[in-house]
Amino acid sequence: MTQDAPALEAFVARAGGQGAALAETGLPTRRVEAWRYTPLRTIAETAWQKAASLSSETVGALLDALPLPETGARVVYGNGQLLSALSALPEAVQQASENVSPLKGVFSATLNAALGAKGLDIRVPAGTDAGLLTLVSLCDGQDVSTHLQHRIVLEEGASLTLYDVGAGEGRYIANPRFDIVVGKGATLRHVKLQRESLSATHLAIVSVDVAEKSEYDSFTLNQGGSLARHEAVVTLGAAHAIAHVNGVQIVDGQRLNDLTSMIHHAAPDGSSRQTVKTVLSDAGQGVFQGKILVDRVAQKTDGYQMNQALLLSEKAQINSKPELEIYADDVKCSHGATVGALDDEQLFYLRSRGVPEAEARDILVRAFLIDALDLVTHEGLRDLLLRSITS
Amino acid sequence: MSDFLKIQGLQARIDADGTPKDILKGLDLEVPKGEIHAIMGPNGSGKSTLSYVLAGRDDYEVTGGSATFKGQDLLALDPEERAALGLFLAFQSPVELPGVNNANFLRTAVNAVRRARGEAELDAVAFLKAVRAETKHLSMSDDMLKRAVNVGFSGGEKKRNEVLQMRLLQPSFAILDETDSGLDIDALRIVAEGVNSLRSPDFSALVITHHQRLLDYIVPDRVHVMAHGRIIHSGGPDIAKTLEKQGYTQFLEAAA
Amino acid sequence: MPAVTETRETVEKLAKSSYEWGFETDIEMDIAPKGLNEETVRLISERKGEPQWMLDWRLKAFRAWLEMEEPTWAHIHHPPIDYQDAHYFAQPKKKPGPKSLDEVDPELLRTYAKLGIPLHEQALLAGVEGAEERLPVAVDAVFDSVSVATTFRKTLAEAGVIFCPISDAIREHPELVQKYLGTVVPVADNFFGALNSAVFTDGSFVYIPEGVRCPMELSTYFRINARNTGQFERTLIIAEDRATVSYLEGCTAPQRDENQLHAAVVELIAMEDASIKYSTVQNWYPGDDEGRGGIYNFVTKRGICRGARSKISWTQVETGSAITWKYPSCVLAGEGSVGEFYSVAVTNNHQQADTGTKMIHLAPNTRSTIIAKTISAGKSDSTYRGLVRMQPKARNARNFTQCDSLLIGDQCGAHTVPYIESRNMTARVEHEATTSKISEDQLFYCRSRGLSEEDAVGLIVNGFCREVLKELPMEFAVEAQKLLQISLEGSVG
Repeated sequence: MTQDAPALEAFVARAGGQGAALAETGLPTRRVEAWRYTPLRTIAETAWQKAASLSSETVGALLDALPLPETGARVVYGNGQLLSALSALPEAVQQASENVSPLKGVFSATLNAALGAKGLDIRVPAGTDAGLLTLVSLCDGQDVSTHLQHRIVLEEGASLTLYDVGAGEGRYIANPRFDIVVGKGATLRHVKLQRESLSATHLAIVSVDVAEKSEYDSFTLNQGGSLARHEAVVTLGAAHAIAHVNGVQIVDGQRLNDLTSMIHHAAPDGSSRQTVKTVLSDAGQGVFQGKILVDRVAQKTDGYQMNQALLLSEKAQINSKPELEIYADDVKCSHGATVGALDDEQLFYLRSRGVPEAEARDILVRAFLIDALDLVTHEGLRDLLLRSITS
Repeated sequence: MSDFLKIQGLQARIDADGTPKDILKGLDLEVPKGEIHAIMGPNGSGKSTLSYVLAGRDDYEVTGGSATFKGQDLLALDPEERAALGLFLAFQSPVELPGVNNANFLRTAVNAVRRARGEAELDAVAFLKAVRAETKHLSMSDDMLKRAVNVGFSGGEKKRNEVLQMRLLQPSFAILDETDSGLDIDALRIVAEGVNSLRSPDFSALVITHHQRLLDYIVPDRVHVMAHGRIIHSGGPDIAKTLEKQGYTQFLEAAA
Repeated sequence: MPAVTETRETVEKLAKSSYEWGFETDIEMDIAPKGLNEETVRLISERKGEPQWMLDWRLKAFRAWLEMEEPTWAHIHHPPIDYQDAHYFAQPKKKPGPKSLDEVDPELLRTYAKLGIPLHEQALLAGVEGAEERLPVAVDAVFDSVSVATTFRKTLAEAGVIFCPISDAIREHPELVQKYLGTVVPVADNFFGALNSAVFTDGSFVYIPEGVRCPMELSTYFRINARNTGQFERTLIIAEDRATVSYLEGCTAPQRDENQLHAAVVELIAMEDASIKYSTVQNWYPGDDEGRGGIYNFVTKRGICRGARSKISWTQVETGSAITWKYPSCVLAGEGSVGEFYSVAVTNNHQQADTGTKMIHLAPNTRSTIIAKTISAGKSDSTYRGLVRMQPKARNARNFTQCDSLLIGDQCGAHTVPYIESRNMTARVEHEATTSKISEDQLFYCRSRGLSEEDAVGLIVNGFCREVLKELPMEFAVEAQKLLQISLEGSVG
């Protein structure tokens, strides 16, 4: 990608003094290993502008179309701005987190750092269960981009369930970033529903530090966007930390969905689990890149990763790169990957019992997805995701 | 004769998640040449630890006492040196060695031990002949020799394989760790027959169990009761029967 | 003993007629100056007596190479290579070799002894000055295989098999070479492949005619023992319809070599119902315990299954070299063709290996199997890197991949980097990978049965690699087993 691509030029101009790092890296080309399967050329030719405020009608219509919980606190952003009238934090949560060091060297983070607008900035005090918080980020516009920066800190023994929903209309870039610290003995459940406009680009970056005996339990449903990458960098920085980085991607049309993660075991006795399933139809493209990095000190690490892709049409394609980088000897790490179509025998079995073909396919696809969805520990949210898939 | 196996004041601990835990706390035991002794004791008394320490597993730290075998300081030897000296531990649940051909493993072990004992190594033909004689005796199929060591073996097959190794390595002292397998009669019988077949004035054994049943098949010369990392009582084979009827309580109380 | 005399005579004869076998005895003859430019390429081509088309081909490769950059994606680290600071033809001995065995790295000698290599032959392998002149007395084991080979050469000729140095083939079978050379690894395929194409001086050519089952295993074993192997080897193997061949490359004895950079290219072509089995034992000098010296081995190996139901099978045991960079690959273009890759890569001390395969499924019903065993010890790093690609026409294609890594000690690294790309819904890919260490339970079990710790490790590692080792031809398999154990010496305890 040339440095004078309109997109880059516009970004750097908008970033003012913050754009130096972005100008230097530029937009990643396919030659950049992390982006070999997810070309950003679709965004390169547009001079993306700051988005205008959303009307309350637009917001109302977008919200109505989303599977959202009846209970719990809700915070809503429209085109990158907090919609105070629709937003309230859980009582237990305090504003303003402590310092969280931002991630470097990852394009989505660099872009966000250059253009970032303040988003959620919260702290869950020690020993507090803050319950459920729904964060909705809506976009509507043509050739606009938003870059919300969220910071979430869970203090010792705290817990929070975050339902993170992105949706919109039009052609835009949503580039949210989360810097998360899960304190000692704390638990963060991060359930994400990505349902951006089918013309939108979604570039999310989540960076999580998991402390001693604490747990980051995440699930991402990648379902929308023309090109959507959810990228997670999870560092298990102290002993006995646990990370679950699960997800489902449902890709159709000409769309590309990408789930990229790095689980970094930087301390002993950590455990990580990852199950990612992708269903592809039409000319959909799926990408899974999952790396497990185990440092020399991270003895007794237990890491497991499984990714499976189901191809339902001749034009669909999957690119999968499960990766192990291991420097400690006393570890148990494994991964598995499968790619294929629906099982003809199963299909035949169902049809021979009188189930019409289309329905039989649905049953099998759903069965394929359901054991991944079962990993969503919050029952209410699991039902909402299931509803989102079914619709 | 008392200088065959002699254990004095043996103390050993294991590292349990960073904190050392004392398991053997001054154990005394002598097994003279030609005798078979049994150790019985409740769960957690340290019976398995004793067998591992005697065979040389390095997860256990010996913190005091001594153990000599044939006059040599057993604790100073590597596991393979102990094997060469004639010590054999029959494992309760032997580990699997994926990809390692059983016959090849047996031959490697037999020849390593023979070499260490200053005996001539067996060539492939002589070895096969020796193995065939034993497998026939143990009603083992040749198939078991072709498979990987213990991989996919049933409980009975694993026991047969241990006994096969014991007979081929011709130890002068066998330790049988049967702590938890009391329920499997067939397995017990295989082990018992293996031990009984080796009985001679030059062969001793230490049978570790917490069920009296095994001792119906291997009749011991002496029985020791173990608790809290020590031998708390020793006597004739009838102790086992008493234990079966009355449990360990009376011994524990007497020792307290 | 008459048998020995006979061997000597055979060897003496061989020594005299060595050119036929591609052993250019007069190594001092042509020394190209250091550096790499068009003149170097022209000189090589001229000295080899090559036709114009070959020179043009080399120049095309060279010009492409100039435009290319050394790849950086592999998980390896080394100081920059100065391509101008090397001789590209008739490599002279830059430094005088050791005067006698006393001056040779004792570690190397110890390894030779373990492999059971006779003393005089050790001198040859270690590059002791004058060892070559003493050759006739220096042989039986190795040169028995030469005499055997000579005998078989007649058999080969009768079967219509061509097996000769590639430089001979360029002159004597230009139509075959021109038809196939560079069709699997094009001149501009990759940086090291292009370099090889420009300057290769050595290598083998094999042609198996239609319907012929090659009557013997073809081996470079004796050639490598006879002299320094080429720095830039080029091998081309063609199996016509229904032809079958098994080719062995390499040698279990580690060798001294003044050439630090090795960049070989191997091309395999299998026509309808043909089968090519290519086995490698690579044990180049890995450098010393501190990581000084050692070969940089950048190899491009690729086979194409052109015909329906053809089969290419790669088996490799990689224990040597300071750096190994190689990905023997299969392009499955023929319907129902089969690709296989069986690999054991062992690294110890400061070695680095980044190796794996590519299985490119182009046609329906193609099948591939990948079994890769990676063992890291010492301060080494070993990476499996593999690509499985199902192209749109690969209906009902299948791949199964199993990668297992074993770490010995806590100063090494073992990595698995698979790329799975599928563009056909009916194709199925299955990939599994595990990482573990030798369990204490396994070690203790073996030792309590009388095995030393080193023997126990050897046994367990060989068990770990069994699925791969069983793919090797028998005599290779035995040597490879011994080699694994030697490579891991000093890594435990």
